[in-house]
Amino acid sequence: MSEDFVRRLPNSGFAFNFSSAGRNAFHLDIKMLLLLVLIVGYGLLVLFSAVEQNSGPVISQLTKISVAFAVMTVMAQISPIVYLRFAPWLYLMGVILLICVAAFGYTVNGSQRWLRIPGLFSFQPSELMKLVVPMILAWYFHDRHLPPRLKHLFWAGIMIAVPAMLIARQPDLGTALIIAASGLIVLFLAGISWRYVFSVLGLALVCAPALWFLLRDYQQQRILTLLNPESDPLGAGWNIIQSKTAIGSGGLFGKGLFQGTQSHLDFLPESQTDFIIAVLAEELGLVGVLALLILYLLLIGRGVVISVQAQDTFGRLLAGTITFTFFVYVFVNIGMVSGILPVVGVPLPLVSYGGTSILTLFAGFGIVMSIHTHRRISL
Amino acid sequence: MAEPLALKDHSGESQVFFDRIVLGLVLLVIGILFLAARMFYLQVMQHDLYTTLSDKNRIQVQSVPPIRGLIYDRNGELIADNVPSFSLTITRERVEDLESTLKSIDALIGLTPEQIESFERRLSRRQRPYEAVPILLRMTQEQIAQISVNRYSLPGVDVQAKLVRHYPHGDLMAHAVGSVRRINEDDARRLDSVAYSGTEHVGKIGVEKYYENVLLGKVGYQRVETDARGRIMKVLDSTPPEPGSNLMLHVDSGLQRVASDALGDRRGTVVAIDPKTGGILALVSKPSYDPNLFIAGIDHATYASLRDSIDVPLFNRALQGQYEPGSTLKPFLGLIGLATGTTSKEYKIEDPGWYKLPQNERLYRDWNWKKSGIGGHGLVNIEKAIYRSCNIYFYELAVKLGIDRIHDGLALFGFGQNTAIDLPEARKGLLPSRAWKLGSRGEPWYPGDTVNIGIGQGDILVTPLQLATAVAVLANRGGTVTPHMLKQNPLVTRDNQLPDIDLIPEQAWELVIKSMEKVVHRGNQGFGENGTAWAYIGRGIEYRMAGKSGTAQVVGIAQGELYDAELIAERNRKHAWFIAFAPVDDPKIALAVLVENGGGGSEFASPVARKILDYYLLGADHQVASNE
Repeated sequence: MSEDFVRRLPNSGFAFNFSSAGRNAFHLDIKMLLLLVLIVGYGLLVLFSAVEQNSGPVISQLTKISVAFAVMTVMAQISPIVYLRFAPWLYLMGVILLICVAAFGYTVNGSQRWLRIPGLFSFQPSELMKLVVPMILAWYFHDRHLPPRLKHLFWAGIMIAVPAMLIARQPDLGTALIIAASGLIVLFLAGISWRYVFSVLGLALVCAPALWFLLRDYQQQRILTLLNPESDPLGAGWNIIQSKTAIGSGGLFGKGLFQGTQSHLDFLPESQTDFIIAVLAEELGLVGVLALLILYLLLIGRGVVISVQAQDTFGRLLAGTITFTFFVYVFVNIGMVSGILPVVGVPLPLVSYGGTSILTLFAGFGIVMSIHTHRRISL
Repeated sequence: MAEPLALKDHSGESQVFFDRIVLGLVLLVIGILFLAARMFYLQVMQHDLYTTLSDKNRIQVQSVPPIRGLIYDRNGELIADNVPSFSLTITRERVEDLESTLKSIDALIGLTPEQIESFERRLSRRQRPYEAVPILLRMTQEQIAQISVNRYSLPGVDVQAKLVRHYPHGDLMAHAVGSVRRINEDDARRLDSVAYSGTEHVGKIGVEKYYENVLLGKVGYQRVETDARGRIMKVLDSTPPEPGSNLMLHVDSGLQRVASDALGDRRGTVVAIDPKTGGILALVSKPSYDPNLFIAGIDHATYASLRDSIDVPLFNRALQGQYEPGSTLKPFLGLIGLATGTTSKEYKIEDPGWYKLPQNERLYRDWNWKKSGIGGHGLVNIEKAIYRSCNIYFYELAVKLGIDRIHDGLALFGFGQNTAIDLPEARKGLLPSRAWKLGSRGEPWYPGDTVNIGIGQGDILVTPLQLATAVAVLANRGGTVTPHMLKQNPLVTRDNQLPDIDLIPEQAWELVIKSMEKVVHRGNQGFGENGTAWAYIGRGIEYRMAGKSGTAQVVGIAQGELYDAELIAERNRKHAWFIAFAPVDDPKIALAVLVENGGGGSEFASPVARKILDYYLLGADHQVASNE
C-alpha cells in the first residue's frame, strides 16, 4: 500500500496545498479550528475564574496554547505519508525514550515520568506515545487484510502492551490506560471481530479480581474512595466530596462567573487543573456544562466526519482513533470529577491548565487536519 | 462517500470501518448523554443537598463567648479577673512532618506524653481540615517567647489567646468567692448548650456558682465565610455578646488577708459579718487552695493531693464545717433564760464544780473541776456565768428551760437553718429537738441530753457562718440579718428570712452583752475573777468588744487515716472557738473564729479575733497592742 501512496502522491511531503486555500488554508480545517478556538476560549474564561482573576496564569496558558497552535499548524503541513513512513521509527524512538525514563527519568510526586535534557527542557515521553501508539497500529493495519486476524491482533497487542506497561510502572496508570484504550480503539475501528471483543471483555471481567491485587495501595484506595468517599472525608474522599458539592451547588444556572464559593474559598482541590470542570459547573451551572459538552460533541463530530472521509485505511484509523481518544479524555475527566470514575490524573482536554496536555491534543488535531487536507481528490 | 470508496480496492473494509465508526459515535453520544445525566442528577435533582453542603463548608456560625463579669471586693479591689491565656495549637494540614514538629516543640518547651496523647485524641476528633488543635493550654510567658522566636521553623504552629478567669489573690479568696471550673461532660448535659457555646468555664462554687447567670453574660454570634483553611474571609452578620455584670461583694480583701494571716498555719476558719447589713466581710477557711489551678485543667496528681489531704483544703470549713458550738452558745441560752423568766439578773447558784441531775449519780463537771475537789466558781450569777464561762450555771439553766424552749429560742437566731443567700455551700447545722431525736435515733429525749446542750455540746452542731450570724443578731440586740456576699442592690432575698427577735427584753440583751464585754475587758481582778479572754487579748484595746470563748469536742475526724500517735494526739485536741462583736455600743463587725484542734478558745481563738477587729476598727496602720 505504501508504495502506492508514494507513487501517486510524489510531492505531498511538506508542500502547501494552495488549491483549497480559503477553506483549508495552510492545511488547517476551518470548522475544526473554529471549534478548537471556541473551546479554548471558553476554557480560558473558566481558568481566569479558577485562578482568582489573575491574568498571569491566563497569559501563561495563552502562550502555551499559541505554541500548541503552531505545533498543530506544522503537523497539519506534514503529509500523512510522512507519518506513515516514520511511524515505526517514531514508535521505536518512543519506546527507547520510555526505557530512558525508567533508567534516568526524574521523579515528581512519586512518579518517574519526566525526561530532562539538561539546560534545555524536560518532557514526558508518555505524552508522545499517546499519538505514536495509534499511529503504529494504523501503520500496522493499513496494508493488512481487515478485519485483522488473530496473528495480527497478537502483534498489535504487543505494540500496545510494551509502552502501556512501561508507562504503568512509572507509575502513571491513567496515561497507560488511555494509551491502551487508544490502541483498542484502533482495533475496534479496524473491524476486530465481535468474537474477540466479547472474549476480551469476558476475560477482563474474569481477571478483574486478580487485577485488584496488582494495583498499588493508593490505586486501590482511589477505587474504594470512589465507592464510598465518606469513609475518609478528610483524606482521600475530600477531593471527590468537594467536587460533587461544587457541581451540585451550581444548580441549573450556576452561582455566576467568579462567584463560586467552593473554588474561591479553596474547598475544591486542583481547581485549575484536573477538577476545573467543577469550577465551570459551580459558576455556570448545568447550562454551562452542557454548552461545553455540545462544543466537545461538535469537535468530535467533525473528527468523525474527517475520518469517514479519509481516503485510506491509515488516515481513517488514525483520525478516528485520535477523535475517539479525545472523547475518552472528556469522559474519564468528567466522570472522575463527578464521582462515577476513580480519580486518575486526566486533565479536562483543552480546558485544564497546563501545557503538556494541550500540546499533545493540538498535535493530534494537526494530524487529523493533515489527513483531511492532503487529499488526492478534493471533495 | 461514494467517490473515495471507488478509489479503494477494499470497499468491504471501508464498510466495516464505517459501521464501526457509526457504532462508536452511538456509544460516544450515549457516553456524553450519560455525563449530562450525571450532571443533571447532581445539579438539579441533588441541588438542594449540595447547596446545603456548600453553605456548610463556607459559612460557619461562630459563637462569640461573652466576657465574664468581674468581681470586686467592697473597696473596689479585683478579686476575680479575666486574663488572656495562651494556648499552643497545631494545624495539621500546614505541618509537613508532624512527628518532627512535635519533637521541635518538645525540645523548645517540653511536652509530656499525656499532652501529646490528648493532642492526638483531639486531632482525631476535629471536624474539618485546617482546624487548629490545641496541644498546650496556659502557656507561660517564657514558653510563648520560645515558640515565637522559633516560629519561622514551625509552620502550622500557633499561639492563640483567650480570656480566662483569674483569681489574683490565689488561695486567699478561694473559699469566699468560690471559683469556676472547666465545663465537664456532666455540666455539658446540664447547661444550656446555646448559652454556653464558646464558653469553657462555669461557676461551680460559691459566689461564682450562685451568680452564674448574672456573671456569664449573653453569648454573641457571627456568621462568617471561611475558606478551606478556616480563615475568615468576611463576616456575614453578627450579634455582639453582652458581657456579664460585674459584682461587688461585701468582702474586704484586707480583712480577709488579716484573718488568714492571723490563723497562720493552723487549720481553722473565720467568718466576719457586718451586723448592719448581714454582708460578709471576711470568710476564711484554712488550709485553702489556689482556684487558678482548676482553670486550665488540673493534673491528676495535684488534684489527688488536694482531694486526699488530711487537712481537706477543698472543704469550706466556714460553710460546710459543722461543729459543736461549745461555750459560745452560753450567751444565747442566757438570753432565752432571761426572756422566759427562767433565770434573772439576780439569780445565783453555788457552783461546787459539778452538776448532778436529780435521781442520777452522773457528775457533769465544770471546766475547771479537779480531782482534788477544789474547783467551781463559787457563787455565780448570769454575768459571771458568762465571763467565767461557768458550766454548772448553764447545766442548771438548760435543764430548767427544757429542750423545747431551748430549741425554739435558738431557732430565732437561725441555728439549725440555712439563712444564707448567695453561699450555695452553706449547711444547716443541727438544732436538736424531741422530734428530731425520735426521728433520727428512735429514742426519746432524755434530761441528760439537755444538760450537755447547756454548754453547747452533745447533739448540737453549728456552722461558723451560723454562729457569726447569730453574733450579728446579738450585736443588733435582736435585729436579724441574712448573711450574704453581694454588696450591690437589688439583693435577692430569701423567703425564709428570720423575723427580728422581739421576745427578748432590752435589759436582757444589755445584761448578756455586758457580760460578754467582761469576757474581754474584765481584768486585774485576781485569780478566777478575770474575764476568760482578758489575759490573752484584754489589754490595750481602744474599743469595747463583746466576746465569748468556746471549746468544742472533736466529734471525729471525718476524712483521712491517721498515721502516727503525735498526729492523733494533735487531731484529738479540742477545737477553739471565739465569737465577738465590736464596738459594743455601735457594732460594726461580728465574727466567729474557729481554730481546729486549737485547745482552749480564749487562748488560741481570741487573739485571731482581736487582730481582725483591730484591723477593721482601727485600720491597717494600727500596730496590734502588746498584751504584756
